Amino acid sequence: MARIAVQEAPFDLAAETARLTDGRTDIGALASFIGVCRADDGLAAMVLEHYPGMTERALDKIAAEAEGRWPLTGCTVIHRVGRLEPGASIVLVLTASAHRQAALEACAFLMDWLKTKAPFWKREEFRAGHARWVEARAEDDAAAQKW
Amino acid sequence: MQILYFAWVREKIGRAGEELSLPAGVTDVGGLMRHLATLGPGHAAAFANPSAIRAAINQDFAHLADPVADRDEVAFFPPVTGG
Repeated sequence: MARIAVQEAPFDLAAETARLTDGRTDIGALASFIGVCRADDGLAAMVLEHYPGMTERALDKIAAEAEGRWPLTGCTVIHRVGRLEPGASIVLVLTASAHRQAALEACAFLMDWLKTKAPFWKREEFRAGHARWVEARAEDDAAAQKW
Repeated sequence: MQILYFAWVREKIGRAGEELSLPAGVTDVGGLMRHLATLGPGHAAAFANPSAIRAAINQDFAHLADPVADRDEVAFFPPVTGG
């Protein structure tokens, strides 16, 4: 059963890793991905909106799909919402398995699916004062479909 | 039925959602979008290009041809951009 969280607060990679590994000796591989807010084009902040209820449901389904495809001993997905400034972490995907291939592939899969199948929207606020909604990218759809 | 709007769909319409009774003759997501587009200038602007909008029925992604019922929660939003 994956750990799924949608929260405004930052997450702690070490603490999340410990949650997956404490008391276990069957884990041979841990893979993690952290998405970070970049300061492209004078970006002041990113505001993450989501669909409460559907978001958790969608992340649960994506994690269940990963657990069905790879022999994972643990899986964590934490996505932050609200206002995030450049340098802030946005998303954490953490996978544990006996061997590296499963952990690495599941981690990449979770990110690719999360980007196209979970109801989050990013609004970029720029230092110059204007703001815009981020548009979905065809590359992200292609990445999700390759699995 | 409960209608929800997110991101720029919410901004164009000027509210996060609304309650309405399923109008006569509306049977699917596409029909519901066409009906919502008639409710005001903000709605018309939001639904001007239906191909730019995604939908969910009861918190599952839905297609234009999927049926809607009066008890449903139906959400409209742009393609997702998380991660």
